[in-house]
Amino acid sequence: MMELPKLPIGDVVEIIVDWIEMYFSWLLDAISTGLGVLVSGFEDLLLAIPAPVLIVLISVLVWFVTRHDLKMTILTALGLLLIWDLGLWELSMLTVVLVLISTVIALALSIPIGIAAARSDTLNTILRPFLDFMQTMPSFVYLIPAVIFFGLGSVPGIIATVIFAMPPALRLTTLGIRQVPVELIEVADAFGATPRQKLVKVQLPVALPTIMAGVNQCIMLALSMTVIASMIGAGGLGYQVLVGIQRVDIGMGFEAGLAIVILAIIFDRITQNLVPKYGSK
Amino acid sequence: MEGFVIVEIVCSGDPPESEPIIRVHGLTKVFGHDPEKALELHRLGRSKKEVHEETHATIALHNVSFEVMRGETFVLMGLSGSGKSTLLRCINRLIDPTKGEIEIDGEDIISMNHEELRLLRRKKLGMIFQNFALLPQRNILDNVTFGLEIMGISKDERNQRAEQVLEMVGLGGYGNSMPSELSGGMKQRVGLARALTSDPDILLMDEAFSALDPLIRRDMQDELLELQERLGKTIIFVTHDLDEALKLGTRIALMKDGAIVQIGTPEEILTNPENAYVEKFVADVDLTRVLSAKDVMRRPEPVAQCTAGPRVALHLMEEHDISMIFVITRHRILRGFVTLEDTVSAVKEGKNLSDILRTDVATVAPDATITDILSLIVQSNHPLPVVDENGRMHGLVSRASILAALARKGGEA
Repeated sequence: MMELPKLPIGDVVEIIVDWIEMYFSWLLDAISTGLGVLVSGFEDLLLAIPAPVLIVLISVLVWFVTRHDLKMTILTALGLLLIWDLGLWELSMLTVVLVLISTVIALALSIPIGIAAARSDTLNTILRPFLDFMQTMPSFVYLIPAVIFFGLGSVPGIIATVIFAMPPALRLTTLGIRQVPVELIEVADAFGATPRQKLVKVQLPVALPTIMAGVNQCIMLALSMTVIASMIGAGGLGYQVLVGIQRVDIGMGFEAGLAIVILAIIFDRITQNLVPKYGSK
Repeated sequence: MEGFVIVEIVCSGDPPESEPIIRVHGLTKVFGHDPEKALELHRLGRSKKEVHEETHATIALHNVSFEVMRGETFVLMGLSGSGKSTLLRCINRLIDPTKGEIEIDGEDIISMNHEELRLLRRKKLGMIFQNFALLPQRNILDNVTFGLEIMGISKDERNQRAEQVLEMVGLGGYGNSMPSELSGGMKQRVGLARALTSDPDILLMDEAFSALDPLIRRDMQDELLELQERLGKTIIFVTHDLDEALKLGTRIALMKDGAIVQIGTPEEILTNPENAYVEKFVADVDLTRVLSAKDVMRRPEPVAQCTAGPRVALHLMEEHDISMIFVITRHRILRGFVTLEDTVSAVKEGKNLSDILRTDVATVAPDATITDILSLIVQSNHPLPVVDENGRMHGLVSRASILAALARKGGEA
């Protein structure tokens, strides 16, 4: 019986990875050092503030962002108090730091690329298969190159998270801008707007609710990925869940999982309310 | 004693100055990849449909030429797909024509680069859109100042000018409202104000009133005429509605299949239609069959709310000198009517309106033609309410309003 020769896709990927490691190690080191400093600095800052003070500050933030939604504010305060009470405060803050840094990087990349893709059909067509790939590839797979390039720890966790969290923000930015009604584009042109004015004064503001839905998705995905990234030593609440699994300690896993859910809800409500609803002023 | 007196008479009916502000010559627009081939086929006698089947190109405009005089309202009129909106968009080059010349104030705008074109659009051309096209996230003031903001004019100055223009279109004090809070008619006033703040010479109006209710639409047409008398802008107005064209146009260009069939004053078009197409269009005008209830109805006033007492109804009837009044709910659903006699006795006996309400009332649908209405209205000695399928009352049709509408048409013809 004839055996079909196996295509050496895995070998090729390994060769590429080796090549990058050999010639770009200086860049990888720079990224690694930079992100490492950023994470520990931000973490130190959050932990320097006493937990009760930070709980009050976050609750006040929710109060203003949700336009005086008392129920949500109280739930936020209670949720955070619970995390503190469970002794998960420091781990939670590390998770928050990882999520925020990953999200900021992911948005800094995906929003400009999304805008460019909205304006260029060619770029959009080129990007589509990459985005499909990024979204359907099991998220664990991102951990492997991240580990190879950046070793173990928070930095590869952030890199994997950024890759995982980018696609929806990018797609929704493109979609939002492309969905701006033709008449509004005509308004910008008919009144003599430059392409830049058209983007800043018409396209982005009209697309903002859609773009913010992308930001919201980006944060949620970042949160779920930082948990998975604990497998490569990213730390935070995910690590606690991992330890819970390894020790078959259901209580420990559940508490950490609960803390993640609380953080997710707070992140979600804050980002959902960042855009004012039209008409309600 | 020698001397002379120069008497200058200016009246609103003056013909526009005979100096052209816009000159369009041989304008052609083909949508598709191979316009040359499409035009060549068309020259060889193929119809537009055949050309489209063969090349997938659409000939939207073909060899269109006309001039617009300073200060006139030039109406581009035709059915949908006749190329009128495309033609309008060629004038500010939202659509780039395939061939032909367009001059504004003697300047060739086809050869303009982006920067020159932007200046032209900012200074000389204002545009008003069918669906208002207000920016949803900006309040009314910021919508109206959009054009000035693009020009880089300071916030104080642009707000001041916007307030004046808002006042002029009857929206003073609405600056802080959001577009979603306004009715259709008000939104289009904002659209008008936005186009007027940069004080352009030319207003391009694309089916500007087509999305509005018939009554509001007539109000807006009246107001446009009034504004036009004060401001003397040059207006190019696109519409598919002949009534609107006749009412607003100094001259009308009737379009069909991407070409202008006839240009003339409303009188010329009505009395001297150039070919069968125009004739068919115009023939409908003075026919009672074409006008419908919603075209001839007047405001549904006076009416009594069903929650009001007989005294209020009586007062309204006395004030308007009528012998019956229609009763509606808060949501304008028609309940019936009450007569003067019944109301007088109800006031004496202390009864409610609902006690004397008569529900045997003949109504007409908004799209009922005058022919249909006439037979009803001869039998009735009061106006007929125009009621839609949901029971909402839109207006009243009386013998007088029908005669007035017919007389108006007759006078024009």
